[in-house]
Amino acid sequence: MSPEFVTVPARPRLRLATAWLAGCSGCHMALLDLHLELIALAAHADLVASAALCDAKEYPDRVDLCLVEGAVASEENRQFARRIRERTALVVALGDCAIHTNITGLRHRCRNGLGQTAIEAAAGGREGLDPPLPKLLPMVLPLEAVIAVDASLPGCPPSADRIGNLLRRWWQQQPLIPPDGPPQRFG
Amino acid sequence: MTMERRLVIEPLTRIEGHARITIHRDRQGLVQEARLQVLERRGFEQFCLGRPFTEMPALTARICGICPVSHQLAAAAAGDQLLALEPPPAARRLRSLLALAQIIQSHALAFFHLSSPDLLLGWETPPERRHLFGLIAAEPELARAGIRLRQFGQDAIEAVAGQSIHGAWAVPGGGLHSLRVDGRDRIRDALPQARLDARFGLERYKQVLDRGGLADLEAIVSLKSLFLGLVGPEGQWCVQGGALRLIEADGRLQADQRPAGDYGQLLAEAEEPWSLMTFPYVRALGYPRGLYRVGPLARLNVCNQIGTAWAASELAEYRQRNGRIVLNAFASHQARLVEIVACLEAIEQLLEDPELLDPLVRHRASLNRLEAVGMGEAPRGTLFHHYRVNPDGLLEHVNLLVATGQNNLAMNRTITALARHHLDGLGTASIPEALLNRIEAGIRAFDPCLSCATHAAGQMALQVQLFDADGSLLAERRR
Repeated sequence: MSPEFVTVPARPRLRLATAWLAGCSGCHMALLDLHLELIALAAHADLVASAALCDAKEYPDRVDLCLVEGAVASEENRQFARRIRERTALVVALGDCAIHTNITGLRHRCRNGLGQTAIEAAAGGREGLDPPLPKLLPMVLPLEAVIAVDASLPGCPPSADRIGNLLRRWWQQQPLIPPDGPPQRFG
Repeated sequence: MTMERRLVIEPLTRIEGHARITIHRDRQGLVQEARLQVLERRGFEQFCLGRPFTEMPALTARICGICPVSHQLAAAAAGDQLLALEPPPAARRLRSLLALAQIIQSHALAFFHLSSPDLLLGWETPPERRHLFGLIAAEPELARAGIRLRQFGQDAIEAVAGQSIHGAWAVPGGGLHSLRVDGRDRIRDALPQARLDARFGLERYKQVLDRGGLADLEAIVSLKSLFLGLVGPEGQWCVQGGALRLIEADGRLQADQRPAGDYGQLLAEAEEPWSLMTFPYVRALGYPRGLYRVGPLARLNVCNQIGTAWAASELAEYRQRNGRIVLNAFASHQARLVEIVACLEAIEQLLEDPELLDPLVRHRASLNRLEAVGMGEAPRGTLFHHYRVNPDGLLEHVNLLVATGQNNLAMNRTITALARHHLDGLGTASIPEALLNRIEAGIRAFDPCLSCATHAAGQMALQVQLFDADGSLLAERRR
């Protein structure tokens, strides 16, 4: 573990969130691949929202940084992305799906899209009591097509090392992606 | 007293995927039904059509970031059959090593990172602290053990496949490269600590169980169902290369030693208008009577034995505690820990196998068959990849029957039972957050992977009928 990981800053604790739009959770697993460095992360930041990892049902206000995995595939994803942008200082597009839709966007190959099935036509459930299922967008969108993004970390998934570097730079108040850093690669 | 007829828990949290629970109650506030509604659709079965089957290991790995290995291996196994060949011995061993390592990392994630905040910190812990970081603060040694166990699995996968998530290794005919000596030694060097961590987790959880643990809910979440899993030729616990065994709730055999290609004879899929996830059932019993379960609980129910010493003794203790055929959904947590031990011991044996490092890891052939089913045990249960290709090897039909989908009926029954137990007659204002979390925990016990389960909406003939509470037909749809 590098020494700067265990130095606790004097300023107020940072508020970290993660969000998972249309993706496979691989980018979240890459975050968990920080392994014991997660303990150092916990010393710097509170995890205030992350459907995969904690129980906050509402995305809170005043989030300092949000790692967003996945493409924007449904109307619900789009609204959620906008809510994240309104309530978050720094938004990071984490991984190839968020950056250019990647595998999630392969559904553009389907002639009828995916939205026209009997199940969706019938959605609504018994006496219309179930809330409706999310409407798929006709095209899967990259995150940046919907909201402004402060940094992008490509990869399918990005390696834990690169996620760790980005988080370290964040709490050291440096630019999230170093301008003179190594080239970023997709895939 | 306000009595909402519909309660919605959304989003479900500390699970893999996007879903909500909708609870329907009548005018007296009695729960009629709780439904798990899956909210995503990714369409792998559709967009893979027309692509070469050789792409499937890399493409379908992207179905899920937690169990990419399972999809890669099932796709490669289907590819082996399309080529009509068997991979070399070293490749078969490396595939087993990958499957075992993945079960360790996935079970560690499910138990330590996701469920243990409920099990060890307690239901009443406020949501701000009821997560992995809360566990790090409250029980740092246990959190470290869980994190290290997950790391053991991820590092072993990386040693074989070059990358812990979406590593490109398995291909039709075998794998892309052999395991290097230093890779094997890295795994071996990490084993002693992994064994200590697994023991620590087991002992800690047994303390919880000894103090009563989840015993008050046992009757509520005990569900009569069939169980499906792979077993070896002697009926032993097995995750790769075995055959299907299907048993009834009392242990009687429904089917045994059946090959992957028989899955369509054994199983069928139904649909409901309110979910994007299908409802598989045992064909011979019909829908919904043919309710069955897969996963750690099922694997420990269907197997006669686990071939290694420590796992065998943990299995014996597990069965002493829970019975020979375990119906209690919450016993899955202990089952996962038993399986982590079984995987560690199986990996230890594999590492001593001289054939493991053999440089020949791939057999080559051209397309020799047009239809194949690949299967294996994913962390969450039996996984099937069924492909049909044209003579150019382009996919014409893809059906993915994944573990979480197969548990769909059981998950809905379990949350309905929990909702009745916890919520019947309560006014909306008197339903605390912790109570809703207890219903969600019924889903977490299955460790669902909804990214996996939401590939397509039905390929089979379909009849859906919609009834109101009095049983009169509201709508009907056929396809």
